Amino acid sequence: MIIAEKKPIEEIIEEVKPYDRILVLGCNECVTVCEAGGKKEVEVLASALRMYFIAHGQVRTIDERTLERQCDHEYLEEIRDIVDNYDAIVSLACGVGVQFAAEKYQTMPLLPGVNTVCLGANEDRGLWTERCQACGSCVLARTGGICPVSRCAKRVMNGPCGGATNGKCELGPDTDCAWQLIIDRLKALGRLDDYEVVAPIKDWSTDRAGGPRTVTREDVKI
Amino acid sequence: MRLKIPTSFRIVRLPCTGKLDVIHVLRAFEKGADGVFCVGCLEGDCHFNEGNFRARKRIEQAAQILDKVGVGGDRVRMYNLSSGEGPLFAQYATQMVETIKALGPSPVRLMMEKSQAA
Amino acid sequence: MSECRTQSRLEKVMRAGHLGVTSECGPPRGSNPEEIREKGQLIKDHVDAVNVTDNQTAMTRMSSLAACVHLKLEGVEPVLQMVTRDRNRVALQSDILGAASFDISNMLCLSGDHQSFGDCAQGQNVHDLDSMQLLQTVRYMRDEGKFLGGDDIKRPPKMFVGAAANPFADPFEIRVPRLAKKIACGAEFIQTQCIYNLDKFKEWIKRARDRGLTEQVFIMAGMTPMKSVGMAKYMKNKVPGMDVPDEIIQRLAGVEKKKQAQEGINICVEHIQALKEVDGVSGFHVMAIEWEEKVPEIVERSGLYPRPEV
Repeated sequence: MIIAEKKPIEEIIEEVKPYDRILVLGCNECVTVCEAGGKKEVEVLASALRMYFIAHGQVRTIDERTLERQCDHEYLEEIRDIVDNYDAIVSLACGVGVQFAAEKYQTMPLLPGVNTVCLGANEDRGLWTERCQACGSCVLARTGGICPVSRCAKRVMNGPCGGATNGKCELGPDTDCAWQLIIDRLKALGRLDDYEVVAPIKDWSTDRAGGPRTVTREDVKI
Repeated sequence: MRLKIPTSFRIVRLPCTGKLDVIHVLRAFEKGADGVFCVGCLEGDCHFNEGNFRARKRIEQAAQILDKVGVGGDRVRMYNLSSGEGPLFAQYATQMVETIKALGPSPVRLMMEKSQAA
Repeated sequence: MSECRTQSRLEKVMRAGHLGVTSECGPPRGSNPEEIREKGQLIKDHVDAVNVTDNQTAMTRMSSLAACVHLKLEGVEPVLQMVTRDRNRVALQSDILGAASFDISNMLCLSGDHQSFGDCAQGQNVHDLDSMQLLQTVRYMRDEGKFLGGDDIKRPPKMFVGAAANPFADPFEIRVPRLAKKIACGAEFIQTQCIYNLDKFKEWIKRARDRGLTEQVFIMAGMTPMKSVGMAKYMKNKVPGMDVPDEIIQRLAGVEKKKQAQEGINICVEHIQALKEVDGVSGFHVMAIEWEEKVPEIVERSGLYPRPEV
């Protein structure tokens, strides 16, 4: 899922200062799971913002709403009848939601309340880690299910590089060497011979480098 | 026990301090509280295992937010004691009130009262 | 081993059966070419080629290509080191052609240290190709005479191409398969990380020998003289992928401070002499960074001077 993290409240305060009536808009999916932008976080942010402005002698209206998702037309439509009550929306959805909402409500300033960080897994309570960078041409079958693009700091296709130590990346002991993980996995799968197969030069045109990506399914379009 | 405790606070009872969420603390301040204190079981003795650890973390989170918005993180605090320690509760209660008196009224309450008067 | 495919002196020396000798220098953190020229002049008669590092440890320096050109124009044969961290495949091929236009005939393909170690920690990294794929690319440009995109190259580059190997990195069990992979990708020579643990190195090269790999590639043993016991401890504890046995530390510690540098050189010379006898070692890569003036002494005392005529 998409992992995001709350923006520092000082930053959000600066973003909303020019506006009088603000809607804090949450999302019930990924940002809820990573505890950055769900209903609970909306409540807390709204309360904090209210107190900030009151304590500084300023008047603001700060309302709260959480949608099922902000990346789908039908859910964003749910606020159409209340949108005119506000001067700005702080969306706690991921970057996708903020943008989709901005496209739908073109004259409404849409301010991001979280920093979208990565595609990752819910590894443990309070720990979310990157697993995928959406390169568009998945090579996981070749690497025993461990991605060298997202988990290797140098995205080497034929690793490890010379900097790995004790199974950790040269970046530091908190980062596993992806290629150590791949080698261990290939061993566990009885496929260590595959290590010597040279991975071909990657086609990065399906990655960000090729431009904004689109997926279309003609067969499901009406 | 008939111990003397200050009368200037309200007690809200929870089944476990683990039930306390950050928003409850913030709402109290929004409504004009000058301080919020959470009193839970001794660490390691929580009746529900970890509730008081969760409460401590949430109190810390609330304190950080209150600092950032100008209300002051010193106005929230976590205390741990066992339910049999009546005198200690009285002592903490007095301490709580004294801390808040020294900090003065919450800026939110002050401003709300001012605007009501106006 | 076989016929020379380039004008590289290094290739000629090793293919003729002699031990090759290379050294290394880093370009300056500025645009003064005099520093590079001076370093080159210090060692030119004692080595067959000089590696020029490419923004090593991600600290921005004069480009390796430019420094190589300066050396070449001074009559010193350079080895162009190229990392994949900073350039995409267009720029890599382009720089290879740039080097070839000056008849620079040696290249070393590397990944490069992560940019967070250097002076531009907030920068992007590229890694469009990895070091193995860069090897393939150079060979393809040379042997097929084509760009990666398939078009013909006018006057294809003639590079003697190599890669790095670290017999001491983790995990040890894939060190020789990794060497095999680099050879399969086209490496013609290998320069190893600096060696202090002779036994471990001998074990690695033995495994390489057993697989017939030493027949397919020229392995040059990396050698760096220790300047002090402090340097030895630092390398042991703080530098990843480095294996410094305690005997080395003790030997240096056992000598008074102002004699430690000389002792470090003595150790280096002894190691070279020991490794000359090892089957599969085709040469030495003497890395005395910021201590280039000691290279002549090391090469002479190791019995590798004068360099052979080819």
